[in-house]
Amino acid sequence: MSQTRDIALDGLWRNNVVFSQMLSLCPALAVTSAATQGLGMGMATLAVLVASNALVALLRGLITDEVRIPAFVLIIATLVTIVDLAMNAWLHELHKVLGLFIPLIVVNCLILGRAESFACKNSVSLSALDGLAMGLGFTFALTLMGALREIGGSGTVFSGASNLLGPAFAALEMRVYPGEGALVMILPAGGFIVLGLMIAAKRAMDARKPATRPKSASLDTPTSVAAAS
Amino acid sequence: MKTTDSPPAPAATAIPLSARVAALLTQAGGKHALVLGGFSLAATLLLVVAFGLTKAPIAQSALEDLRRSLEQVIPADIHDNNPATDTVKLQINGNTLLVYRASKANQVTAVAFEVARKGYSGDIKVLLGIDQNGKLLGVRVLKHTETPGLGDKIEVTRSDWITRFNGLSLGNPPEAQWAVKKDGGPFDQFAGATITPRAVVNSIRDGLQLFAAHRQTLLEEVSK
Repeated sequence: MSQTRDIALDGLWRNNVVFSQMLSLCPALAVTSAATQGLGMGMATLAVLVASNALVALLRGLITDEVRIPAFVLIIATLVTIVDLAMNAWLHELHKVLGLFIPLIVVNCLILGRAESFACKNSVSLSALDGLAMGLGFTFALTLMGALREIGGSGTVFSGASNLLGPAFAALEMRVYPGEGALVMILPAGGFIVLGLMIAAKRAMDARKPATRPKSASLDTPTSVAAAS
Repeated sequence: MKTTDSPPAPAATAIPLSARVAALLTQAGGKHALVLGGFSLAATLLLVVAFGLTKAPIAQSALEDLRRSLEQVIPADIHDNNPATDTVKLQINGNTLLVYRASKANQVTAVAFEVARKGYSGDIKVLLGIDQNGKLLGVRVLKHTETPGLGDKIEVTRSDWITRFNGLSLGNPPEAQWAVKKDGGPFDQFAGATITPRAVVNSIRDGLQLFAAHRQTLLEEVSK
């Protein structure tokens, strides 16, 4: 029970992909010029991550150690291509919004990272849970960054959400203040600024709350401080 | 198994063929090759199946998208055919131009085709609808990678700038004045973005010039 709780907490917050592991920063910077885009990329990644984690865990008995990386890449690339084709065929409207992001998922190191560090050593159900938690954490991080940049840069939040999620979500689309906002926020520079601030905030929160894990308590020595800085 | 049961075989060669192959493979690291090869084969088969299943629906959706774009540049009341499927390929200066033709009672009323120019970052693809007299019926940007918040005002969903071209032609304004304000023309650029609207205005002018130069061929070819 506590293991599932750990996996969920790690993925969602404690070991968040973007803010703690600092993986997948390329999509995190590139697509978060608006909250809806961040949400879309997060959801597409989430779906692929759950499926790839489950599949890698299922096939882990077959994959020999020496060829595991190419085998993982093969599994992930096949999965992403099938998702891309299926969405284009049967969820065409959604594909038009997300289509650009889906091929990018293949090179998202989060997917390969979880296959390598979790799924190939754990059961199918735990791996799927890990994929779900990590994917949700990723979605959360991207949506938050997108919302902050969109509010700062365009003065709106979740604009175009009804295109992505359906007309029922039109209520999400809000204008926070009239006018245009600071353009720099939706340009690439704004991505770096917001990412830097978010990581700093996460670090500050982690530092304020003494680590609850048994190991880190005893390691609170000058050496670990030096290593961390 | 049968080979080991048969008594006449000499002891030295009694090892079954499958075992010898397996031994050879292990020595040469062949097990890994088999694993990876098996995965590749399975992946290929899966992709073949997925491609086969999705091919028809994807083509259908692409056609539907095209029909919707054409609807925006050619009004519905001037044609009774489906311009998306009624196409003609024209050879112009060695390039093939795909022209969608709109006709009513077998009389060509308008044509639509794509033009492209380099914008601030990458090509901007523009779809033009032109009636038989060379007047613009509608202009839409199909694809671009311009800066969000600056250059993307050329999209009809973000600004009505692109609708300003409706009804204009190569004589209105005069050909030499088909340019943005900065270049001496009547068309507004946006605050902070000149290159993007300039590319759009110039590509529309290109399209109109192309239509004017090949009007006879276009309409004749299309009228057949």
